[in-house]
Amino acid sequence: MDVGTILQFTLDVLNLGSLYALMALGLVVIYGILKLVNFAYGELVMVAGYTLYLLNGSPLPWLIMALVAVCMAVIGGITTDLVAFRPVRANSLTAMLITSFAFSTLLQNAALLFISPRARNVPLPEIFTQSVTMLGVIIPVRNLITIASAFILLGAFTLVMKRTVLGMALRAAASNFTMARMVGIPANFIITVAFAISGLFAGVVAMLWLGRIGAVVPGIGLEPLLVAFIACVIGGMRSLVGAVVGGYLLALIDVSFNYALPPDLLSFRDAFTFTMVIVILLLRPSGLIKGPDTGKRT
Amino acid sequence: MLVVENLVVRYGPVAAVKGIDLAVGENEMVSLLGANGAGKSTTLLAIAGAIRPHSGRILFDGADITGMKAEKAVAAGIAMVPETRDVFADLTVRENLLLGGFIHRRRRAACEQEMESLMTMFPVLRERMHQPGGTLSGGEQQQLVIARAMMARPRLLLLDEPSLGLAPLIVNHIFELIERLRRTGIAILLVEQNATKALQAADRAYVMSLGTIAMSGTGAEVAGSSDLESIYLGRSG
Repeated sequence: MDVGTILQFTLDVLNLGSLYALMALGLVVIYGILKLVNFAYGELVMVAGYTLYLLNGSPLPWLIMALVAVCMAVIGGITTDLVAFRPVRANSLTAMLITSFAFSTLLQNAALLFISPRARNVPLPEIFTQSVTMLGVIIPVRNLITIASAFILLGAFTLVMKRTVLGMALRAAASNFTMARMVGIPANFIITVAFAISGLFAGVVAMLWLGRIGAVVPGIGLEPLLVAFIACVIGGMRSLVGAVVGGYLLALIDVSFNYALPPDLLSFRDAFTFTMVIVILLLRPSGLIKGPDTGKRT
Repeated sequence: MLVVENLVVRYGPVAAVKGIDLAVGENEMVSLLGANGAGKSTTLLAIAGAIRPHSGRILFDGADITGMKAEKAVAAGIAMVPETRDVFADLTVRENLLLGGFIHRRRRAACEQEMESLMTMFPVLRERMHQPGGTLSGGEQQQLVIARAMMARPRLLLLDEPSLGLAPLIVNHIFELIERLRRTGIAILLVEQNATKALQAADRAYVMSLGTIAMSGTGAEVAGSSDLESIYLGRSG
């Protein structure tokens, strides 16, 4: 294997892994606190996508449009909490799970009804279609943007979680929610913050994801949700680090099969990937990285 | 300071606390004793706002705080040290303490100062400052949760079984610390199964049995009562 192939392989893994890691973090930041898999998470990606589509043709520079779209995903996340989850939070976890399905379906159908079931192109800046050549390898600039954005966001997120009182409060709430309330951390506030962060990750994922596929459809959120869920499961549902590790590992598995499988088996790549996931889960049933011990909810 | 009137707490159809009255005065140390399942911890959790009472009233400084949210109770001046010794396991000792002062977070300097003075009282925590809370020994974790509760600068400290699962020597140390905390002017409501220790330390004591108050009086009175053992064993009350 020559240096060029190694470079290409590494960048492919980092690119896909960055996307997967961001998706997984958005899911796990809520799971950690509420023990709830938010199935409406994928729709936040959709909300950001359609915002970008609706802004098409406006005189704003693309970066501003993207910023508005990400903000809409954050607002979407907060709205999910206020409208869908807060009213039923006192009930069972099952009630919240069903609610998350309902909210997901509702948002998807709204997009079908008010926009279109067909794919809509979103505006993308020139730079997303350009590429550079390094060591004889053609590298799309959008891949480098994806990797850089992920690293910046992961770094900023780590800083917030480690250095600020808010971050500590989020980690404490994830480790023992009742105790967190008993030291005075307001439950409703901290949950809303978690949903806002989840929306932020979904929004950024949406921009990077759309940069790859170029168009938005009502079902766009399904794949990010599925990927995030698998990455969380192999990385460890209760650990933020686990989500990131799981994301990059899933990408490594995916890309490896992409390179290694003969062409006529390539269409079965997902089957091979999921087999690997099952093997990992057989060896480490609670995921690669163990989270905090207690998992009590309110 | 704290007055509980006819408190009833239910877990579904089961009443764990069946209409009790109790009071804690300013700078008073009151022990709440009783066998396993007598309803002591439940009473504390209801006062701390962690569970909603079914009926009855809880007054703090004359204000009705019945059914108040846990986070509001801390702001009102009631801090809880739960029996399960809930340190935030993956947060460092320092982070645990900082979160204890969450309600004062806007006054960072005052928090640092409070932490510093607690370090003098709990020197072992200073040595462990940057270790995750979960790596501490049982006795150290107990000191951490007490110090963390003190970071909120409460006026009433609720202590649930601080001696649970600790070696006798460490239990003695913990009780010394509680005594010193009390001398700082706060009131303490202490739940214990270790009756001897708790009665020595307390001004007054209540003994619970099967969800009701079976006996009350000064620490010495309760300790001298011949009924204490039978209440513990559930033969009367």
